[in-house]
Amino acid sequence: MKGFLAIIGRDLKLATRIGGDALTLVLFFVMVGAIVPFAIGPDKAMLAKLAPGLTWIAAFLSLLLGLDRLFRNDAEDGSLQLFRFSRTPLEAIVAAKVIAHWLLTALPLIAATPVLAVLLNMDMESWLRTVLSLLLGTPGLVALGAMGAAVTVSLPRGGLIAPVLILPLAIPLLIFGSSAISGQQAGAAMLFLAAISLVLLAIAPFAGALALRVSEE
Amino acid sequence: MTLDVAPKPNWFARIANPSQFLGWSRPLLWPLTILTAILFAAGLYFAFLDSPPDYQMGNTVRIMYIHVPNAWLSQFVYGVMAVSALGSLIWRHPMADVSMKAAAPLGAVFTALALYTGSLWGRPTWGTFWEWDGRMTSTLVLLLIYLGLIALWRAFEDQLRAGRVVAVFTLIGAINIPIVKFSVDWWQTLHQPSSVITPDGPRMPGSILTPLLVMMGAFTLLFITLQLKSMHTEIRRRRLATLERQRAAAAEGAK
Repeated sequence: MKGFLAIIGRDLKLATRIGGDALTLVLFFVMVGAIVPFAIGPDKAMLAKLAPGLTWIAAFLSLLLGLDRLFRNDAEDGSLQLFRFSRTPLEAIVAAKVIAHWLLTALPLIAATPVLAVLLNMDMESWLRTVLSLLLGTPGLVALGAMGAAVTVSLPRGGLIAPVLILPLAIPLLIFGSSAISGQQAGAAMLFLAAISLVLLAIAPFAGALALRVSEE
Repeated sequence: MTLDVAPKPNWFARIANPSQFLGWSRPLLWPLTILTAILFAAGLYFAFLDSPPDYQMGNTVRIMYIHVPNAWLSQFVYGVMAVSALGSLIWRHPMADVSMKAAAPLGAVFTALALYTGSLWGRPTWGTFWEWDGRMTSTLVLLLIYLGLIALWRAFEDQLRAGRVVAVFTLIGAINIPIVKFSVDWWQTLHQPSSVITPDGPRMPGSILTPLLVMMGAFTLLFITLQLKSMHTEIRRRRLATLERQRAAAAEGAK
């Protein structure tokens, strides 16, 4: 448990001391939302209708963009080797890294949703629903991303392959995530979203650790 | 240690050892090819000449004889890949790697054909090429997973190490298979539910069921033949890569 918390603390400290990364991701997230009105025209009613899906896609893309950082730095400076042989099991370390990554990438995005809400003409209720669905869905997305990042950690061009691998698997999250905001059975979709996230979070540490062990051989 | 105390290879070694595998599977290739051709000839004869047109769909029902076998194989091939992935992870079975690699492009082609024939069939009967229905969407996702796996294989330089990493991801992607299978029962939208294997027997007359089953057998045999052939090719490709590496190393040493 001590090692688990130490990993989370280490990752948070590293990210905040180097700085900039979380802010850049938030900037990217807002920009994706901001260019949409240019592409489809500033029709306010239509924007409000599309807003939930657009917010999800923006979050999706931003999270994919940040994935590569999850294990790559550790693999390059050799920390991954030490993790493999440390007393804390590798599974727990992967779980800790998933939590730290969620705090560093997904939470800032959720904090930035009010900006998108204004830009895309969301009302208060759908903004609240968006925040709730992102809170429930992004942990699953980060868990999937961790599996993708672990599988591609030994590849020099892994940054491109990982999103291609996990995008098809992330489609259920996207379906339930956006229907939890505006669908007809929003409550049920929200529950499904939470269930999928929990399943993915349960699988990710084991699959991720297996992939890390295999690719280090 | 002399040769005569070496144990007789058991069935596991006969699958796992590349030369043993080549030894027993190469003679199978021609008979399998001929059998596949015979089944295709019979199946196509039944499907196009000796089966009645459907009372609602007319002759378009004949698309089914191509569509259903491809759709069945799209899932079956993933099953073969998932079992091979287990073999590769648990027993470090060298032929399991080869089988996984050979199956991925075959599965992708069968899945693409299932989607293609499905949309050709959908146009006259449902009035649309594509609908975001549960089974179509999940089959499309299956195709994307196949393509992602092929991309992952190609991203590795060292194919021996690639095998185990791809195996992990194949098993992660296997989550999608039950979703494809049961999608028609969970979301009853456009695609009809399964009608061959149901609790109370097949829900179609024998005149349609026979050609369908023959075609499914023909396509399955086609897959097995192609799978064996591409596994042989892959073994040769790996031997060639090893030989080239040895020669390069020898040339390096001679300097």
